[in-house]
Amino acid sequence: MLTRRGALFAAAVAALAWCGTSASERSSLRGQETDTERAIEHYRQMLKDDPWSNPGLLDVDRGETLWATPRGPKNVSLEACDLGKGPGKVEGAFAELPRYFADADQVMDLETRLLWCMEKLQGFNRADIIKRPHPGGGQPVKELGAIATWIAHQANGARFAAPSAHPKEKEAVALGQALFERRSGPFDFACTTCHAEPGKRIRLQGLPHLASPEEARKVIGEWPAYRVSSTHVMTMQHRLYDCYWQMRMPELEFGSEASVALIAYLVNKADGGEITAPAIKR
Amino acid sequence: MKPILVAVGLSALFATSTLSADRLTVDPARAEAAIKAAFRAAPPDWQSRLIPDDTLSECSGTDNSPSAAQFEAIRKREAAKVAYPDDGKLLGDWKKGERLAQSGYGMRFTDYPPRNPNGGNCYACHQLTRHEVSYGTIGPSLLGYGKARGTTPEAVKEVYEKIYNPHATFACSLMPRFGTNKVLTVEQTKDLVALLMDPASPVNE
Ligand code: HEC
Ligand code: HEC
Repeated sequence: MLTRRGALFAAAVAALAWCGTSASERSSLRGQETDTERAIEHYRQMLKDDPWSNPGLLDVDRGETLWATPRGPKNVSLEACDLGKGPGKVEGAFAELPRYFADADQVMDLETRLLWCMEKLQGFNRADIIKRPHPGGGQPVKELGAIATWIAHQANGARFAAPSAHPKEKEAVALGQALFERRSGPFDFACTTCHAEPGKRIRLQGLPHLASPEEARKVIGEWPAYRVSSTHVMTMQHRLYDCYWQMRMPELEFGSEASVALIAYLVNKADGGEITAPAIKR
Repeated sequence: MKPILVAVGLSALFATSTLSADRLTVDPARAEAAIKAAFRAAPPDWQSRLIPDDTLSECSGTDNSPSAAQFEAIRKREAAKVAYPDDGKLLGDWKKGERLAQSGYGMRFTDYPPRNPNGGNCYACHQLTRHEVSYGTIGPSLLGYGKARGTTPEAVKEVYEKIYNPHATFACSLMPRFGTNKVLTVEQTKDLVALLMDPASPVNE
Protein backbone atom coordinates (compact mmCIF):
# COMPACT_ATOMS: atom_id res chain seq x y z
CA MET A 1 0.00 0.00 0.00
CA LEU A 2 2.62 2.51 1.03
CA THR A 3 4.82 1.63 -1.91
CA ARG A 4 1.92 2.14 -4.28
CA ARG A 5 1.09 5.42 -2.63
CA GLY A 6 4.71 6.45 -2.89
CA ALA A 7 4.92 5.51 -6.55
CA LEU A 8 1.83 7.47 -7.53
CA PHE A 9 3.06 10.43 -5.56
CA ALA A 10 6.48 10.32 -7.19
CA ALA A 11 4.80 10.28 -10.60
CA ALA A 12 2.78 13.36 -9.71
CA VAL A 13 5.78 15.27 -8.38
CA ALA A 14 7.70 14.36 -11.52
CA ALA A 15 4.83 15.65 -13.64
CA LEU A 16 4.80 18.94 -11.75
CA ALA A 17 8.57 19.23 -11.80
CA TRP A 18 8.53 18.67 -15.52
CA CYS A 19 6.24 21.65 -15.89
CA GLY A 20 8.61 23.69 -13.76
CA THR A 21 11.77 22.93 -15.71
CA SER A 22 10.18 23.34 -19.08
CA ALA A 23 8.51 26.60 -18.06
CA SER A 24 11.14 29.01 -19.37
CA GLU A 25 11.34 27.20 -22.69
CA ARG A 26 7.66 27.36 -23.40
CA SER A 27 6.63 30.03 -25.78
CA SER A 28 2.99 30.31 -24.91
CA LEU A 29 1.68 31.15 -21.49
CA ARG A 30 -1.58 29.36 -22.13
CA GLY A 31 0.33 26.20 -22.95
CA GLN A 32 2.25 26.43 -19.71
CA GLU A 33 -0.79 26.99 -17.56
CA THR A 34 -2.54 24.07 -19.17
CA ASP A 35 0.47 21.84 -18.51
CA THR A 36 0.49 22.64 -14.80
CA GLU A 37 -3.24 22.27 -14.56
CA ARG A 38 -3.05 19.02 -16.48
CA ALA A 39 -0.44 17.66 -14.10
CA ILE A 40 -2.57 18.52 -11.07
CA GLU A 41 -5.66 17.14 -12.81
CA HIS A 42 -3.72 13.96 -13.58
CA TYR A 43 -2.83 13.71 -9.92
CA ARG A 44 -6.44 14.30 -8.89
CA GLN A 45 -7.51 11.53 -11.24
CA MET A 46 -4.97 9.16 -9.69
CA LEU A 47 -6.41 10.07 -6.31
CA LYS A 48 -9.89 9.24 -7.50
CA ASP A 49 -8.70 5.84 -8.75
CA ASP A 50 -6.89 5.28 -5.49
CA PRO A 51 -7.93 7.69 -2.74
CA TRP A 52 -5.27 6.21 -0.48
CA SER A 53 -2.51 7.74 -2.59
CA ASN A 54 -3.09 11.17 -0.99
CA PRO A 55 0.03 11.71 1.18
CA GLY A 56 -2.06 13.92 3.49
CA LEU A 57 -3.80 10.77 4.68
CA LEU A 58 -0.60 9.75 6.45
CA ASP A 59 -1.11 12.79 8.67
CA VAL A 60 -4.78 11.94 9.09
CA ASP A 61 -3.70 8.57 10.49
CA ARG A 62 -1.01 10.21 12.58
CA GLY A 63 -3.53 12.72 13.92
CA GLU A 64 -6.01 10.01 14.89
CA THR A 65 -3.34 8.21 16.89
CA LEU A 66 -2.13 11.43 18.53
CA TRP A 67 -5.68 12.33 19.57
CA ALA A 68 -6.13 9.04 21.41
CA THR A 69 -2.64 8.78 22.93
CA PRO A 70 -2.05 9.96 26.52
CA ARG A 71 0.43 12.84 26.17
CA GLY A 72 1.75 15.97 27.85
CA PRO A 73 2.67 16.63 31.49
CA LYS A 74 -0.73 15.30 32.60
CA ASN A 75 -0.38 12.21 30.41
CA VAL A 76 -3.96 12.16 29.17
CA SER A 77 -5.42 11.85 25.68
CA LEU A 78 -7.49 14.51 23.94
CA GLU A 79 -10.58 12.32 24.02
CA ALA A 80 -12.28 14.63 26.53
CA CYS A 81 -11.69 17.69 24.33
CA ASP A 82 -14.93 19.47 23.42
CA LEU A 83 -14.83 20.71 19.82
CA GLY A 84 -18.30 22.20 20.12
CA LYS A 85 -20.48 19.13 19.89
CA GLY A 86 -19.61 17.75 23.34
CA PRO A 87 -16.48 16.12 24.82
CA GLY A 88 -14.86 13.64 22.45
CA LYS A 89 -17.38 14.20 19.63
CA VAL A 90 -15.30 14.57 16.50
CA GLU A 91 -17.46 13.60 13.56
CA GLY A 92 -18.73 16.68 11.73
CA ALA A 93 -17.38 19.06 14.40
CA PHE A 94 -15.14 20.86 11.90
CA ALA A 95 -18.16 21.97 9.83
CA GLU A 96 -19.36 24.06 12.79
CA LEU A 97 -16.10 25.87 13.54
CA PRO A 98 -15.08 28.57 14.30
CA ARG A 99 -17.59 29.01 17.13
CA TYR A 100 -17.93 30.59 20.55
CA PHE A 101 -16.77 28.45 23.48
CA ALA A 102 -18.16 29.49 26.86
CA ASP A 103 -15.35 27.83 28.83
CA ALA A 104 -12.76 30.01 27.09
CA ASP A 105 -15.16 32.93 26.54
CA GLN A 106 -13.92 33.38 23.01
CA VAL A 107 -14.44 32.32 19.42
CA MET A 108 -12.03 29.59 18.33
CA ASP A 109 -11.16 27.88 15.07
CA LEU A 110 -10.21 24.20 15.05
CA GLU A 111 -6.49 24.74 15.62
CA THR A 112 -6.96 27.30 18.39
CA ARG A 113 -9.41 24.96 20.10
CA LEU A 114 -6.93 22.09 19.89
CA LEU A 115 -4.26 24.33 21.37
CA TRP A 116 -6.64 25.15 24.22
CA CYS A 117 -7.35 21.46 24.88
CA MET A 118 -3.66 20.58 24.76
CA GLU A 119 -2.99 23.31 27.31
CA LYS A 120 -5.94 22.74 29.64
CA LEU A 121 -6.35 18.96 29.42
CA GLN A 122 -2.85 17.72 28.71
CA GLY A 123 -0.91 20.47 30.46
CA PHE A 124 1.22 21.48 27.49
CA ASN A 125 2.79 24.94 27.61
CA ARG A 126 1.03 27.21 25.11
CA ALA A 127 4.10 29.36 24.55
CA ASP A 128 6.18 26.30 23.59
CA ILE A 129 3.63 25.16 21.02
CA ILE A 130 3.10 28.52 19.35
CA LYS A 131 6.81 29.32 19.15
CA ARG A 132 7.31 27.31 15.95
CA PRO A 133 3.85 26.06 15.06
CA HIS A 134 4.40 25.40 11.35
CA PRO A 135 6.66 22.96 9.52
CA GLY A 136 9.48 24.10 7.22
CA GLY A 137 9.42 22.99 3.58
CA GLY A 138 9.70 19.19 3.35
CA GLN A 139 9.00 18.72 7.07
CA PRO A 140 5.77 16.98 8.10
CA VAL A 141 2.97 19.05 9.62
CA LYS A 142 3.40 19.46 13.38
CA GLU A 143 1.43 17.30 15.83
CA LEU A 144 -1.35 19.82 16.40
CA GLY A 145 -1.69 20.21 12.63
CA ALA A 146 -1.89 16.44 12.13
CA ILE A 147 -4.69 16.21 14.69
CA ALA A 148 -6.48 19.09 12.96
CA THR A 149 -6.13 17.28 9.64
CA TRP A 150 -7.74 14.15 11.07
CA ILE A 151 -10.61 16.13 12.59
CA ALA A 152 -11.27 18.05 9.35
CA HIS A 153 -11.20 14.73 7.48
CA GLN A 154 -13.84 13.41 9.88
CA ALA A 155 -16.19 16.11 8.55
CA ASN A 156 -15.71 15.21 4.90
CA GLY A 157 -18.93 15.41 2.94
CA ALA A 158 -20.45 17.80 5.50
CA ARG A 159 -21.09 21.43 4.57
CA PHE A 160 -19.83 24.47 6.48
CA ALA A 161 -22.45 25.70 8.93
CA ALA A 162 -20.53 27.68 11.55
CA PRO A 163 -22.91 29.08 14.16
CA SER A 164 -23.49 32.84 14.09
CA ALA A 165 -26.07 33.51 16.79
CA HIS A 166 -23.66 34.52 19.55
CA PRO A 167 -22.66 38.21 19.50
CA LYS A 168 -18.98 37.23 19.66
CA GLU A 169 -19.43 35.02 16.60
CA LYS A 170 -20.95 37.94 14.72
CA GLU A 171 -18.17 40.18 15.93
CA ALA A 172 -15.50 37.72 14.80
CA VAL A 173 -16.85 37.69 11.24
CA ALA A 174 -17.05 41.50 11.16
CA LEU A 175 -13.54 41.82 12.58
CA GLY A 176 -12.34 39.28 10.02
CA GLN A 177 -13.77 41.36 7.20
CA ALA A 178 -12.12 44.52 8.54
CA LEU A 179 -8.79 42.71 8.73
CA PHE A 180 -9.27 41.18 5.29
CA GLU A 181 -9.57 44.68 3.85
CA ARG A 182 -7.00 46.35 6.10
CA ARG A 183 -3.91 47.60 4.32
CA SER A 184 -0.55 48.14 6.04
CA GLY A 185 3.11 47.25 5.82
CA PRO A 186 5.79 48.45 3.39
CA PHE A 187 3.89 47.05 0.38
CA ASP A 188 0.52 48.55 1.42
CA PHE A 189 -1.07 45.11 1.00
CA ALA A 190 -4.34 43.77 2.34
CA CYS A 191 -5.84 40.34 1.66
CA THR A 192 -8.03 42.17 -0.84
CA THR A 193 -4.93 43.11 -2.88
CA CYS A 194 -4.75 39.51 -4.03
CA HIS A 195 -8.14 37.94 -3.28
CA ALA A 196 -10.77 40.56 -4.11
CA GLU A 197 -11.41 39.92 -7.78
CA PRO A 198 -12.13 36.78 -9.76
CA GLY A 199 -9.72 35.47 -12.41
CA LYS A 200 -6.55 37.26 -11.22
CA ARG A 201 -3.14 35.70 -10.80
CA ILE A 202 0.18 36.61 -9.21
CA ARG A 203 2.92 35.46 -11.59
CA LEU A 204 1.25 32.23 -12.77
CA GLN A 205 -0.54 31.37 -9.53
CA GLY A 206 -4.28 31.68 -9.66
CA LEU A 207 -5.78 33.79 -6.86
CA PRO A 208 -9.18 32.77 -5.55
CA HIS A 209 -11.69 35.59 -5.01
CA LEU A 210 -12.22 34.74 -1.36
CA ALA A 211 -14.75 37.50 -0.67
CA SER A 212 -17.13 35.76 -3.07
CA PRO A 213 -19.17 32.89 -1.59
CA GLU A 214 -18.99 30.99 -4.86
CA GLU A 215 -15.18 30.83 -4.87
CA ALA A 216 -14.79 30.58 -1.10
CA ARG A 217 -17.08 27.52 -1.05
CA LYS A 218 -14.81 25.83 -3.56
CA VAL A 219 -11.52 26.21 -1.68
CA ILE A 220 -11.98 26.81 2.06
CA GLY A 221 -13.22 23.26 2.76
CA GLU A 222 -10.05 21.87 1.18
CA TRP A 223 -7.91 22.93 4.18
CA PRO A 224 -5.84 21.51 5.84
CA ALA A 225 -4.43 20.61 2.43
CA TYR A 226 -1.47 18.66 1.11
CA ARG A 227 0.77 21.08 -0.78
CA VAL A 228 2.80 19.43 -3.50
CA SER A 229 5.25 22.36 -3.75
CA SER A 230 6.27 22.15 -0.09
CA THR A 231 5.51 18.40 0.28
CA HIS A 232 3.56 18.68 3.49
CA VAL A 233 0.13 19.31 4.88
CA MET A 234 -0.49 22.99 5.44
CA THR A 235 -3.22 24.07 7.87
CA MET A 236 -5.37 27.20 7.54
CA GLN A 237 -3.41 28.95 10.31
CA HIS A 238 -0.25 28.19 8.34
CA ARG A 239 -1.83 29.43 5.09
CA LEU A 240 -2.60 32.80 6.68
CA TYR A 241 0.87 32.99 8.25
CA ASP A 242 2.29 32.48 4.77
CA CYS A 243 0.09 35.13 3.17
CA TYR A 244 1.19 37.64 5.84
CA TRP A 245 4.78 36.68 5.04
CA GLN A 246 4.15 37.63 1.42
CA MET A 247 2.56 40.86 2.66
CA ARG A 248 5.87 41.76 4.36
CA MET A 249 4.17 41.70 7.73
CA PRO A 250 5.70 40.12 10.85
CA GLU A 251 5.02 36.52 11.90
CA LEU A 252 1.32 36.01 12.57
CA GLU A 253 0.83 34.57 16.04
CA PHE A 254 -0.75 31.14 16.01
CA GLY A 255 -4.23 31.24 17.51
CA SER A 256 -4.29 35.04 17.75
CA GLU A 257 -7.69 36.72 17.72
CA ALA A 258 -6.90 38.21 14.29
CA SER A 259 -6.13 34.79 12.80
CA VAL A 260 -9.36 33.32 14.19
CA ALA A 261 -11.38 36.31 12.96
CA LEU A 262 -9.99 35.95 9.44
CA ILE A 263 -10.88 32.25 9.46
CA ALA A 264 -14.37 33.08 10.80
CA TYR A 265 -14.80 35.52 7.91
CA LEU A 266 -13.56 33.02 5.30
CA VAL A 267 -15.75 30.20 6.65
CA ASN A 268 -18.71 32.58 6.76
CA LYS A 269 -18.14 33.30 3.06
CA ALA A 270 -17.80 29.55 2.44
CA ASP A 271 -21.03 28.75 4.31
CA GLY A 272 -22.68 25.74 2.67
CA GLY A 273 -19.45 24.68 0.96
CA GLU A 274 -18.46 21.04 1.18
CA ILE A 275 -15.52 19.84 3.27
CA THR A 276 -13.02 17.73 1.31
CA ALA A 277 -9.91 17.87 3.51
CA PRO A 278 -7.07 17.21 3.06
CA ALA A 279 -7.22 18.26 -0.59
CA ILE A 280 -4.22 18.47 -2.90
CA LYS A 281 -2.81 21.92 -3.70
CA ARG A 282 -0.06 22.90 -6.11
CA MET B 1 -5.47 60.72 -17.19
CA LYS B 2 -8.37 58.68 -18.44
CA PRO B 3 -8.11 55.95 -15.79
CA ILE B 4 -8.61 58.51 -13.05
CA LEU B 5 -11.83 59.80 -14.49
CA VAL B 6 -13.09 56.25 -14.86
CA ALA B 7 -12.08 55.47 -11.31
CA VAL B 8 -13.81 58.49 -9.88
CA GLY B 9 -16.92 57.66 -11.81
CA LEU B 10 -16.89 54.04 -10.72
CA SER B 11 -16.21 54.77 -7.09
CA ALA B 12 -18.98 57.35 -7.03
CA LEU B 13 -21.33 54.77 -8.49
CA PHE B 14 -20.38 51.86 -6.30
CA ALA B 15 -19.28 53.46 -3.05
CA THR B 16 -22.70 53.55 -1.44
CA SER B 17 -23.79 50.09 -2.51
CA THR B 18 -20.57 48.38 -1.35
CA LEU B 19 -20.70 50.24 1.92
CA SER B 20 -24.26 49.51 2.88
CA ALA B 21 -24.93 46.09 1.40
CA ASP B 22 -21.81 44.07 1.96
CA ARG B 23 -19.84 45.63 4.77
CA LEU B 24 -20.05 44.59 8.37
CA THR B 25 -18.89 47.12 10.89
CA VAL B 26 -16.51 46.76 13.76
CA ASP B 27 -14.97 49.45 15.92
CA PRO B 28 -11.71 50.41 14.15
CA ALA B 29 -9.94 50.38 17.52
CA ARG B 30 -10.85 46.68 17.87
CA ALA B 31 -9.14 45.90 14.58
CA GLU B 32 -6.02 47.86 15.56
CA ALA B 33 -5.82 46.07 18.93
CA ALA B 34 -6.24 42.67 17.26
CA ILE B 35 -3.41 43.42 14.83
CA LYS B 36 -1.15 44.60 17.63
CA ALA B 37 -1.78 41.40 19.58
CA ALA B 38 -1.42 39.12 16.55
CA PHE B 39 2.06 40.53 15.83
CA ARG B 40 3.18 41.25 19.39
CA ALA B 41 6.41 39.30 18.92
CA ALA B 42 7.49 41.69 16.16
CA PRO B 43 10.72 43.59 16.88
CA PRO B 44 10.50 47.35 17.63
CA ASP B 45 11.72 48.40 14.19
CA TRP B 46 8.82 46.45 12.61
CA GLN B 47 6.08 48.21 14.61
CA SER B 48 5.55 50.83 11.90
CA ARG B 49 4.49 48.04 9.53
CA LEU B 50 1.44 47.44 11.70
CA ILE B 51 0.10 50.96 11.47
CA PRO B 52 -1.66 52.20 8.33
CA ASP B 53 -1.22 55.88 7.47
CA ASP B 54 -4.20 58.16 6.69
CA THR B 55 -4.23 57.15 3.05
CA LEU B 56 -4.27 53.42 3.74
CA SER B 57 -6.96 53.84 6.40
CA GLU B 58 -9.18 55.70 3.97
CA CYS B 59 -8.54 53.15 1.23
CA SER B 60 -9.23 50.17 3.51
CA GLY B 61 -12.30 51.87 4.96
CA THR B 62 -13.87 52.21 1.53
CA ASP B 63 -12.62 48.89 0.14
CA ASN B 64 -10.40 50.95 -2.18
CA SER B 65 -13.33 52.86 -3.63
CA PRO B 66 -12.88 56.37 -2.22
CA SER B 67 -15.49 59.03 -2.86
CA ALA B 68 -14.60 61.64 -5.48
CA ALA B 69 -13.60 64.11 -2.75
CA GLN B 70 -11.47 61.54 -0.91
CA PHE B 71 -9.87 60.52 -4.19
CA GLU B 72 -8.69 64.07 -4.83
CA ALA B 73 -7.51 64.59 -1.24
CA ILE B 74 -5.50 61.36 -1.24
CA ARG B 75 -4.02 62.13 -4.64
CA LYS B 76 -2.81 65.53 -3.48
CA ARG B 77 -1.44 64.22 -0.20
CA GLU B 78 0.50 61.44 -1.91
CA ALA B 79 1.80 63.64 -4.72
CA ALA B 80 3.51 65.73 -2.05
CA LYS B 81 5.41 62.60 -0.94
CA VAL B 82 7.26 62.08 -4.23
CA ALA B 83 10.96 62.88 -4.10
CA TYR B 84 12.97 63.46 -7.26
CA PRO B 85 16.68 62.94 -8.00
CA ASP B 86 18.81 66.04 -7.43
CA ASP B 87 20.12 66.13 -10.98
CA GLY B 88 16.64 65.82 -12.48
CA LYS B 89 17.63 62.76 -14.54
CA LEU B 90 14.85 60.17 -14.42
CA LEU B 91 16.10 57.52 -16.85
CA GLY B 92 18.50 54.83 -15.65
CA ASP B 93 19.62 51.49 -17.07
CA TRP B 94 16.83 49.26 -18.41
CA LYS B 95 18.95 46.11 -18.00
CA LYS B 96 19.16 46.68 -14.26
CA GLY B 97 15.47 47.58 -14.35
CA GLU B 98 14.59 44.20 -15.88
CA ARG B 99 16.43 42.38 -13.07
CA LEU B 100 14.56 44.47 -10.49
CA ALA B 101 11.24 43.76 -12.20
CA GLN B 102 11.96 40.02 -11.93
CA SER B 103 13.11 40.04 -8.32
CA GLY B 104 10.59 39.59 -5.51
CA TYR B 105 13.32 39.60 -2.92
CA GLY B 106 13.17 41.75 0.15
CA MET B 107 11.43 42.77 3.36
CA ARG B 108 9.82 39.41 4.20
CA PHE B 109 10.72 38.22 7.69
CA THR B 110 12.96 35.55 6.15
CA ASP B 111 14.90 38.17 4.17
CA TYR B 112 16.97 39.46 7.12
CA PRO B 113 19.84 40.16 7.22
CA PRO B 114 19.44 41.17 3.55
CA ARG B 115 21.38 39.00 1.09
CA ASN B 116 20.29 41.00 -1.97
CA PRO B 117 18.90 44.44 -2.77
CA ASN B 118 15.09 44.72 -2.62
CA GLY B 119 13.32 43.86 -5.87
CA GLY B 120 10.29 45.54 -7.44
CA ASN B 121 8.53 42.26 -8.30
CA CYS B 122 6.69 44.05 -11.10
CA TYR B 123 6.07 40.75 -12.93
CA ALA B 124 3.99 39.57 -9.98
CA CYS B 125 1.28 41.93 -11.18
CA HIS B 126 2.17 43.10 -14.71
CA GLN B 127 3.05 41.77 -18.12
CA LEU B 128 6.12 43.74 -19.24
CA THR B 129 8.00 41.90 -21.99
CA ARG B 130 7.21 39.15 -24.49
CA HIS B 131 9.98 36.86 -23.29
CA GLU B 132 8.70 36.61 -19.72
CA VAL B 133 5.52 34.54 -19.78
CA SER B 134 5.26 34.13 -16.01
CA TYR B 135 3.46 37.34 -15.12
CA GLY B 136 0.47 38.24 -12.97
CA THR B 137 -2.67 40.16 -13.82
CA ILE B 138 -3.44 42.30 -10.76
CA GLY B 139 -2.17 45.34 -12.70
CA PRO B 140 -2.60 46.19 -16.40
CA SER B 141 -0.22 44.90 -19.07
CA LEU B 142 2.70 47.28 -19.59
CA LEU B 143 3.84 45.72 -22.86
CA GLY B 144 4.95 48.46 -25.29
CA TYR B 145 4.43 51.11 -22.59
CA GLY B 146 7.05 53.63 -23.74
CA LYS B 147 6.34 53.04 -27.39
CA ALA B 148 2.68 53.86 -26.86
CA ARG B 149 3.31 57.01 -24.78
CA GLY B 150 6.45 58.44 -26.31
CA THR B 151 9.44 59.59 -24.29
CA THR B 152 8.47 63.21 -23.66
CA PRO B 153 9.75 64.56 -20.32
CA GLU B 154 6.14 64.63 -19.08
CA ALA B 155 5.58 60.94 -19.90
CA VAL B 156 8.87 59.97 -18.24
CA LYS B 157 8.02 62.00 -15.15
CA GLU B 158 4.61 60.36 -14.92
CA VAL B 159 6.12 56.86 -14.89
CA TYR B 160 8.66 57.87 -12.27
CA GLU B 161 5.84 59.21 -10.09
CA LYS B 162 3.73 56.09 -10.68
CA ILE B 163 6.48 53.82 -9.39
CA TYR B 164 7.47 56.17 -6.57
CA ASN B 165 3.89 56.63 -5.39
CA PRO B 166 1.01 55.24 -7.47
CA HIS B 167 -1.62 57.02 -5.33
CA ALA B 168 -0.30 60.36 -6.60
CA THR B 169 -2.26 59.70 -9.79
CA PHE B 170 -4.62 56.86 -8.84
CA ALA B 171 -5.81 57.13 -5.22
CA CYS B 172 -6.18 53.72 -3.54
CA SER B 173 -4.19 51.98 -6.26
CA LEU B 174 -3.38 48.39 -5.30
CA MET B 175 0.24 48.98 -6.31
CA PRO B 176 2.85 49.47 -3.54
CA ARG B 177 4.33 52.95 -2.98
CA PHE B 178 7.84 51.78 -3.79
CA GLY B 179 9.57 55.14 -3.29
CA THR B 180 7.55 56.67 -0.47
CA ASN B 181 7.69 53.40 1.52
CA LYS B 182 11.45 53.11 0.92
CA VAL B 183 11.22 49.73 -0.81
CA LEU B 184 13.23 50.94 -3.80
CA THR B 185 15.90 53.65 -3.99
CA VAL B 186 15.74 56.58 -6.39
CA GLU B 187 18.47 54.90 -8.50
CA GLN B 188 16.45 51.67 -8.72
CA THR B 189 13.33 53.63 -9.62
CA LYS B 190 15.22 55.29 -12.49
CA ASP B 191 16.26 51.87 -13.79
CA LEU B 192 12.62 50.79 -13.80
CA VAL B 193 11.59 53.99 -15.59
CA ALA B 194 14.17 53.08 -18.25
CA LEU B 195 12.78 49.56 -18.49
CA LEU B 196 9.37 51.00 -19.36
CA MET B 197 10.42 54.01 -21.46
CA ASP B 198 13.76 53.30 -23.18
CA PRO B 199 13.15 52.47 -26.85
CA ALA B 200 15.91 49.82 -26.56
CA SER B 201 14.13 48.04 -23.67
CA PRO B 202 12.44 44.69 -24.40
CA VAL B 203 9.22 46.27 -23.08
CA ASN B 204 9.15 48.35 -26.28
CA GLU B 205 10.37 45.71 -28.75
C1 HEC C 1 0.63 39.28 -2.29
C2 HEC C 1 -0.46 38.41 -2.59
C3 HEC C 1 -1.33 37.87 -1.48
C4 HEC C 1 -1.86 38.51 -0.40
C5 HEC C 1 -1.77 39.97 -0.04
C6 HEC C 1 -2.63 37.50 0.33
N1 HEC C 1 -2.55 36.30 -0.30
FE1 HEC C 1 -3.60 34.60 0.16
N2 HEC C 1 -2.73 33.64 -1.39
C7 HEC C 1 -1.81 34.18 -2.26
C8 HEC C 1 -1.34 33.17 -3.17
C9 HEC C 1 -0.30 33.37 -4.28
C10 HEC C 1 -2.04 31.98 -2.84
C11 HEC C 1 -1.93 30.63 -3.51
C12 HEC C 1 -0.68 29.98 -3.04
C13 HEC C 1 -0.40 28.68 -3.72
O1 HEC C 1 -1.05 28.33 -4.71
O2 HEC C 1 0.49 28.02 -3.24
C14 HEC C 1 -2.90 32.32 -1.71
C15 HEC C 1 -3.77 31.42 -1.10
C16 HEC C 1 -4.64 31.75 -0.09
C17 HEC C 1 -5.64 30.85 0.46
C18 HEC C 1 -5.92 29.43 -0.04
C19 HEC C 1 -6.80 29.54 -1.24
C20 HEC C 1 -6.98 28.24 -1.99
O3 HEC C 1 -6.87 28.26 -3.22
O4 HEC C 1 -7.25 27.21 -1.40
C21 HEC C 1 -6.29 31.52 1.44
C22 HEC C 1 -7.43 31.00 2.29
C23 HEC C 1 -5.69 32.85 1.52
N3 HEC C 1 -4.70 32.94 0.58
C24 HEC C 1 -6.07 33.83 2.41
C25 HEC C 1 -5.46 35.08 2.51
C26 HEC C 1 -5.73 36.04 3.56
C27 HEC C 1 -6.74 35.86 4.67
C28 HEC C 1 -4.92 37.11 3.34
C29 HEC C 1 -4.70 38.33 4.19
C30 HEC C 1 -4.33 38.12 5.56
C31 HEC C 1 -4.18 36.85 2.12
N4 HEC C 1 -4.51 35.60 1.67
C32 HEC C 1 -3.31 37.74 1.52
C33 HEC C 1 -1.40 35.50 -2.30
C34 HEC C 1 -1.75 36.47 -1.40
C1 HEC D 1 0.56 44.33 -6.17
C2 HEC D 1 0.43 44.63 -7.54
C3 HEC D 1 1.40 45.51 -8.27
C4 HEC D 1 2.78 45.51 -8.26
C5 HEC D 1 3.71 44.62 -7.47
C6 HEC D 1 3.18 46.52 -9.20
N1 HEC D 1 2.08 47.11 -9.74
FE1 HEC D 1 2.07 48.58 -11.16
N2 HEC D 1 0.04 48.68 -11.06
C7 HEC D 1 -0.76 47.87 -10.31
C8 HEC D 1 -2.15 48.27 -10.49
C9 HEC D 1 -3.36 47.62 -9.82
C10 HEC D 1 -2.16 49.35 -11.39
C11 HEC D 1 -3.39 50.15 -11.91
C12 HEC D 1 -3.72 51.27 -10.97
C13 HEC D 1 -2.76 52.40 -11.04
O1 HEC D 1 -2.55 52.97 -12.12
O2 HEC D 1 -2.18 52.75 -10.02
C14 HEC D 1 -0.76 49.59 -11.74
C15 HEC D 1 -0.33 50.56 -12.62
C16 HEC D 1 0.97 50.71 -13.06
C17 HEC D 1 1.39 51.66 -14.07
C18 HEC D 1 0.46 52.62 -14.82
C19 HEC D 1 -0.26 51.88 -15.90
C20 HEC D 1 -1.10 52.79 -16.78
O3 HEC D 1 -2.16 52.36 -17.17
O4 HEC D 1 -0.66 53.91 -17.07
C21 HEC D 1 2.74 51.52 -14.22
C22 HEC D 1 3.64 52.29 -15.16
C23 HEC D 1 3.16 50.49 -13.29
N3 HEC D 1 2.06 50.03 -12.61
C24 HEC D 1 4.48 50.05 -13.12
C25 HEC D 1 4.89 49.14 -12.17
C26 HEC D 1 6.28 48.80 -11.92
C27 HEC D 1 7.47 49.34 -12.69
C28 HEC D 1 6.29 47.91 -10.88
C29 HEC D 1 7.45 47.29 -10.17
C30 HEC D 1 8.40 48.15 -9.57
C31 HEC D 1 4.90 47.68 -10.50
N4 HEC D 1 4.10 48.44 -11.30
C32 HEC D 1 4.50 46.82 -9.50
C33 HEC D 1 -0.34 46.84 -9.48
C34 HEC D 1 0.97 46.53 -9.20
